[in-house]
Amino acid sequence: MKNMRTNNFTLAIFLGFMLAVLSDCQRNLSDDVEFAKYPNTPGVFIDGFVGGLQYFPFAGSKLNAFTVDTETRYAGTASMRIDVPNVGDASGAYAGAIFPDNGGRDLSDFDALTFWAKATQSGTINEIGFGNDFGENKHMVTLNNMRINTTWTKYIIPLPDPSQLSFEKGLFYYAEGPENGNGYTFWIDELKFEKLGTVAQPRPAILSGEDKTETSFIGVNTSIGGLTQTFNLASGQNLTVSVAPSYFTFTSSNVEVARVNEQGVVSVVGAGTAKITAILGGVKAKGSLTIQSLGQFTKAPTPPARNAADVISVFSNAYTNIPVDFYNGFFAPYQTTLGGADLTINGDNIIQYTQLNFVATEFKNPTVNASQMTHLHVDIQIREAIDPSDFITIQLGDFGTNGAFGGGDDKSGDYKILSAGLSSNQWISLDIPLASFTGLTNRSNLAQIFFISSDATSNNTPTISTILVDNMYFYK
Amino acid sequence: MRMNKSYTSKINRLILVGSNLVLVMLSFSFLGCTDDAQKVVNLNTLVMQDEFDKQGAPNTALWNYNIGNGQNGWGNSELQYYTDRSKNATVQNGYLIISALKESYNGSAYTSARLLTKGKFDQKYGRFETRIKLPWGQGIWPAFWMLGADIDTNPWPAAGEIDIMELRGQNPTTILGTVHGPGYSGGQSISKSYTLKNGRFDTEFHVFGIEWGPEYVNFYVDNVLYNQITPADVTGEWVFNKPFFILINLAVGGNFVGSPNDETVFPQTMLVDYVRVYK
Repeated sequence: MKNMRTNNFTLAIFLGFMLAVLSDCQRNLSDDVEFAKYPNTPGVFIDGFVGGLQYFPFAGSKLNAFTVDTETRYAGTASMRIDVPNVGDASGAYAGAIFPDNGGRDLSDFDALTFWAKATQSGTINEIGFGNDFGENKHMVTLNNMRINTTWTKYIIPLPDPSQLSFEKGLFYYAEGPENGNGYTFWIDELKFEKLGTVAQPRPAILSGEDKTETSFIGVNTSIGGLTQTFNLASGQNLTVSVAPSYFTFTSSNVEVARVNEQGVVSVVGAGTAKITAILGGVKAKGSLTIQSLGQFTKAPTPPARNAADVISVFSNAYTNIPVDFYNGFFAPYQTTLGGADLTINGDNIIQYTQLNFVATEFKNPTVNASQMTHLHVDIQIREAIDPSDFITIQLGDFGTNGAFGGGDDKSGDYKILSAGLSSNQWISLDIPLASFTGLTNRSNLAQIFFISSDATSNNTPTISTILVDNMYFYK
Repeated sequence: MRMNKSYTSKINRLILVGSNLVLVMLSFSFLGCTDDAQKVVNLNTLVMQDEFDKQGAPNTALWNYNIGNGQNGWGNSELQYYTDRSKNATVQNGYLIISALKESYNGSAYTSARLLTKGKFDQKYGRFETRIKLPWGQGIWPAFWMLGADIDTNPWPAAGEIDIMELRGQNPTTILGTVHGPGYSGGQSISKSYTLKNGRFDTEFHVFGIEWGPEYVNFYVDNVLYNQITPADVTGEWVFNKPFFILINLAVGGNFVGSPNDETVFPQTMLVDYVRVYK
């Protein structure tokens, strides 16, 4: 569901008004102040749209997927019917829509969005929830992969923190594609907010509950993902929903090292260690991000300007890069290397590999004809002390005329750099003649660049663990 | 204590559902009404109480511990090892705190505590009441219950057992009140559940009690009397006519609840506000 339209009209006018009022008076609000209350109407769709409810399908979805059905219903006189299209349906690739009440509702007295649902067949609804308003989606909550079958069943989507929902527009949304290529129909009825009193034991999480550590530098921005809230329901079921970052209050243990905003975006501002944690509704979230900032980052030397015909760039901000399939193939089962092209430092993209033993960048769509090129350039920075037995081998792989791995026409060549040629924590700029890659007898279908820190000479034990890579290109 | 007054008034209200109404209500039940006929007596003279107001170990004048994992997990294939360590049972801030921990201990994977008044307090008839905030999760099994004080010479089930409150952690809105005796023990026990409609037993304190007299045991939660068991209800000898002692425990796993799973959160705690016995 990547192509959903998000019309970025915002709450700017409302917020601007609030700011104006607050900055004018310069006083604390007294206890007598009563904020305007929005209606706390519970119904969303009972036998028709409740209140000012509207229907806006996602762009690219089957626009008429939703209808009101007066024949199939759980209770009352009508239900919501959603027709998921077949693969290839010209009217849209999936069913997806939001149902906002743009007047806004006060949901703070409720603890769950509930509904009854059934379908013409068993299926798994990709996304269903609320808080999607084609605006900031500030309070979006999504139940992913909701199983549905042919029997009317009651579903509960808990509110992560009702106290934050005193003004909410996005009352319901869903997005569902075909099941095994086939469309089907599901129905939703008695869709409403409720105070169940049995939604309990909140257990929020960031980074999916993991405690992660990242090496970083000043200027790096990282988003904290894996934001969830889990409740125990009356049935005993533990239900987890994905929630928007605004529900959390993020904290950095050291704002001189890293700061975090209300969207969960971490900005590294100094050297040292900072731990990012979060709270949702007064409960500490499981999971944390420890930033180990190495301080100022020195960019790799900027490559010289070259004619486009003289360079084939795989990874550099200085040139136009060729299409790359991946910067880490995660080749099972022997590869341990983590990371890839996921560092952005002051606008410069950097590859970082950790737990290196070997790793490949692959570019086979299409393969690269470097037969006219003379050198490979790459900048490497080793983020640890160099031991005498350390080495890095760079290997180039050519997939041959079939343009695919295997088939008997592949060639590869290695270039090994021993410890004497390495230094730690500074950029090592390598310009390696392609003729030095022993065994690479053909380079008209190049498709792989490997970095290898383990081989028979090290008893297959990795020698170098953490490296940064930038400016990988062939040139003449 | 603050709860005492308000609760007494609630009980007095219950008593209005008096014996005059019993015949009427019985006839309703024959007509298919699901309300239970209740016979209630006035039992408001306090004879024993532990308000758990003294920090530290539970009052040794009143409470013993069961230690270990019993025979076959206390007869139920329970998984915990009971200890008398403060990490499993302690009094803090006005509460008895019983904690079930996930830790390897003397061959068991969990530890917890079981307190009992055997040899220190027992009574025939009366009102036995507690106020508890219960733990939760698959495989968690807290209970407030009683056994016949003659159990050493008159083995279970002949000694009799009254389970004033048992909860399956995977059913956080439902408790059970049960009696066991000769001919009606284990799976054949006489039991009834009570389910909260808009609340849970693990998010706030609730009162659990029985009113026990000759030929009846009434079960209540908060101000709701939800069951009465009389000799006519049991499929064997009525053995609830002798002194019983009190047990409070927090079991992990066992036949009644099944084992904890990956989603069960540890530690789990049971907060007991008070135990009171009236006559």
